[in-house]
Amino acid sequence: KRCSVTRFHFLPLIIFLVGLHAVEGIWPLPQTMTSSAERYSLDPQYFNFNYGRDSATQQGCSVLDAAFKRYFSIIFPDHISGSVFAERAALNAETVWGALRGNSNNLCSMFMNKGITFFVNKTEIEDFPRFQFRGVLLDTSRHYLPVQVILKTLDAMSYSKFNVFHWHIVDDPSFPYQSRTFPGLSSKGAFHPMTHIYTQSDVRRVISYARLRGIRVLPEFDSPGHTQSWGKGQSDLLTPCYKGGIPSGTFGPVNPASASSYQFMARLFKEVSAVFPESYIHLGGDEVDVSCWKSNPDVQVFMQKMGFGNDFAKLESYYMENLVNITSALNKTSIVWQDVFEYHERVSTPQQMIVVWREGCYLCEVRRVTKAGLKVILASPWYLDLPGPTHDWVRYYTVWPLAFKGTEEQKKLVIGGEVCMWGEYVDATNLSPRLWPRASAAAERLWSDEKQTSSVARAFSRLQDFRCKLLRRGIQAEPLFVGHCRHEYQGV
Amino acid sequence: MSEVHSRRCSVTRFHFLPLIIFLVGLHAVEGIWPLPQTMTSSAERYSLDPQYFNFNYGRDSATQQGCSVLDAAFKRYFSIIFPDHISGNCALPFSEAKEYSLDVYVDQGDCESYPNSDSSEKYKLSVFAERAALNAETVWGALRGLETFSQLVYQDDFGIFFVNKTEIEDFPRFQFRGVLLDTSRHYLPVQVILKTLDAMSYSKFNVFHWHIVDDPSFPYQSRTFPGLSSKGAFHPMTHIYTQSDVRRVISYARLRGIRVLPEFDSPGHTQSWGKGQSDLLTPCYKGGIPSGTFGPVNPASASSYQFMARLFKEVSAVFPESYIHLGGDEVDVSCWKSNPDVQVFMQKMGFGNDFAKLESYYMENLVNITSALNKTSIVWQDVFEYHERRSSLSVVEVWREGCYLCEVRRVTKAGLKVILASPWYLDLPGPTHDWVRYYTVWPLAFKGTEEQKKLVIGGEVCMWGEYVDATNLSPRLWPRASAAAERLWSDEKQTSSVARAFSRLQDFRCKLLRRGIQAEPLFVGHCRHEYQGV
Repeated sequence: KRCSVTRFHFLPLIIFLVGLHAVEGIWPLPQTMTSSAERYSLDPQYFNFNYGRDSATQQGCSVLDAAFKRYFSIIFPDHISGSVFAERAALNAETVWGALRGNSNNLCSMFMNKGITFFVNKTEIEDFPRFQFRGVLLDTSRHYLPVQVILKTLDAMSYSKFNVFHWHIVDDPSFPYQSRTFPGLSSKGAFHPMTHIYTQSDVRRVISYARLRGIRVLPEFDSPGHTQSWGKGQSDLLTPCYKGGIPSGTFGPVNPASASSYQFMARLFKEVSAVFPESYIHLGGDEVDVSCWKSNPDVQVFMQKMGFGNDFAKLESYYMENLVNITSALNKTSIVWQDVFEYHERVSTPQQMIVVWREGCYLCEVRRVTKAGLKVILASPWYLDLPGPTHDWVRYYTVWPLAFKGTEEQKKLVIGGEVCMWGEYVDATNLSPRLWPRASAAAERLWSDEKQTSSVARAFSRLQDFRCKLLRRGIQAEPLFVGHCRHEYQGV
Repeated sequence: MSEVHSRRCSVTRFHFLPLIIFLVGLHAVEGIWPLPQTMTSSAERYSLDPQYFNFNYGRDSATQQGCSVLDAAFKRYFSIIFPDHISGNCALPFSEAKEYSLDVYVDQGDCESYPNSDSSEKYKLSVFAERAALNAETVWGALRGLETFSQLVYQDDFGIFFVNKTEIEDFPRFQFRGVLLDTSRHYLPVQVILKTLDAMSYSKFNVFHWHIVDDPSFPYQSRTFPGLSSKGAFHPMTHIYTQSDVRRVISYARLRGIRVLPEFDSPGHTQSWGKGQSDLLTPCYKGGIPSGTFGPVNPASASSYQFMARLFKEVSAVFPESYIHLGGDEVDVSCWKSNPDVQVFMQKMGFGNDFAKLESYYMENLVNITSALNKTSIVWQDVFEYHERRSSLSVVEVWREGCYLCEVRRVTKAGLKVILASPWYLDLPGPTHDWVRYYTVWPLAFKGTEEQKKLVIGGEVCMWGEYVDATNLSPRLWPRASAAAERLWSDEKQTSSVARAFSRLQDFRCKLLRRGIQAEPLFVGHCRHEYQGV
């Protein structure tokens, strides 16, 4: 009747955590950590965050002032603050972003005993991420996600030391980004022109909230495919499809044969570059269906003129080349899906980055891309929106991004990975439990040393404990297996 | 082949009908979920002003003001029909404002009882200009009618409420329409249970099957045996259901026309019982000595039955429901085999080496205990399979995969009643959005007599707790459980088309969101009011 258990091929890790009275460890695991049984009690009344005397940052540093406040409440939940302090711990970092990660550690090593006294053990940690790019993709086109939901996700991301929010903001179904330059895009292309949009102030809020948590906001405006919703507010942008010599009334990808398409894109990306401080821009470029292009007489003429013959891959390349040039001119580095690498002839721009997303031998693709000297972000093994045994965190944990044959130089080109949460079946109602704690499994893979984190069995109880911490912080993270947390999720 | 795998491959891979419907604002009512048995409606519509809308007891109704069930329901449904409305008492009438009342007529004036297996849920709803009439035999039928009425009302772009001229006659296809929650593998806070009861009532479910204890934990705080939860719960103070919690759940359910069916599963699935009740479980032996582990309840010991009799006496008093679920599934007999006392008992009883006889003996005793308490017992299908004297059984719940209708046929052939659960294991991982598989279930599609078909009293959705707790219960249950609800309530012929059900279910999900239920999406699209509760 509970056959679920046996059917899941899950390790028989039936651990009933009967109260976690000591710290189980940090998630993701720090690179080096020594701790002793010696412990110190912390009294919220006498606990303080300080700027070190020689620290380049001092009071007034927006990022750390806000983080001190935030982490005080996280470390001492339900505590109403006092203000004197006595003894001390030290945290050193090159940047405020490093300091944020350290805060996160610090609090993880706190625990409570039954008398609700807070303790921290004598500990020394030196830590740094294995990969520079550790992202979470949210898709706000297939379902609109209220801003609050995005902010909550940023909170949860910071707890797992993710540092990139890949905002797949528009796509076929809807265009929720309210553009200053082209307001028609959202007023006609969003699910609802007033309630299902991101205003400029929404976007600023997300960027600022992310910044305070050391998270970059990477915008994706995917083209030339995945643009059906763009066409509603921008006529003449998409390619009219033809059937039997006459327009069929349907539209295909962005029209690559028309100069106005590139003018539009240049203006749009100029705005996007100004709105998003992030130095990367994601151009998409995936899954272009060329059948509509094939049917269109203007495109056919253009193909001949350009000498592309019948090779539509050349046309795609031409289009993407133009977009890459547009973004380069704006001093932004472009990221594209692996499709572009595959059809693109002139792999000329070495600073370009490829996201590998297809299933199958994704490491083969990583090898090919790095061999061509391009940087790689790995997404294939972390499609968390896919249905399946939803509790199966193990498959997201046992991913070895560098396990391909290649030179040291090639391996260095793998700059990280990201968790993708596509929106076909995901919205505000199920995003959190579908992301957490499974995304945290990917987070450890991207942050921690692989050798120290290769054992699923050893990770399990630490991840269980980390999930309980997430619940305590109000993150709706689903359970890994039978058991309980001292503080269950109450937010219903 | 990589080309066929789209980046959003989910779509193509799911074998889902290409029902890419972007609902750009639902400005008219899409229909009722679950679909009523008969319904005629016209384009003629009436505006409703919250200031001038009233629920009334009809003049000849056996129930009048003071009826706890309906008084509470009127209050509840007013807020559901007119969300965000702050009621005024002496506002000036608009020129267009018209009085509108829903008059409720109930034949039986029994407002303080509990719904049971014989309760009629039939109702008739007529919506006309200025008034609507709701007729029902019982208050439970009236509740179903109020739910239907609440789904008929819609808002236009300017926020005006409308209801169309409509006539409905409705009754459930099956009498037993349940949702099982498992509060042993994970503890579910009481609030979460209450919220689920709300959502259940929106889909016209009428039984909450409370799988309250099991191996991992014993959260039920017993009056007679307090040690069971103080030692067997995940936490003796925070992860338990006190008597007052249980009363609250029962009372909340009653007001929504929902029966609370308790399950105390034995002799297997009882590891947590052993912590607070020594000598209850069978000590397992290895190499002739006790191994320190324990098996199912010890069927060879008279004290086991004494304990069970006392426990079920309490349970019978606490839960007004006339059914009790005795479990009886998945008994691992290896521990029994190893135990010398059990071996002696087997010989004494003349069971030989047939442990099925021992299981039967145990269950027979439990059935007798519950009969003596005037309760009808429900057991999992395992008991039917190993039980020799099937006539002592009454209701069998079919849960195994495979040809579940074959089992339904066998059980009904033996003259026993059936509750079908097999096709509705919603906790199982898989394409979680795949409501279609829960919709296209045909519970009576087996060869059998009319009498046999009548013995299928209903079905239930099971939400086992291995991977489910308060964090993911709601989106995993809703709206997929609603697909099962329609199968159990509505006429099969009228609800056989998945394509026609889809937009109605999309609309219903949006209604659930509006009512604060965290129901996950069926596909790409939007609701006017998205879920905000984060």
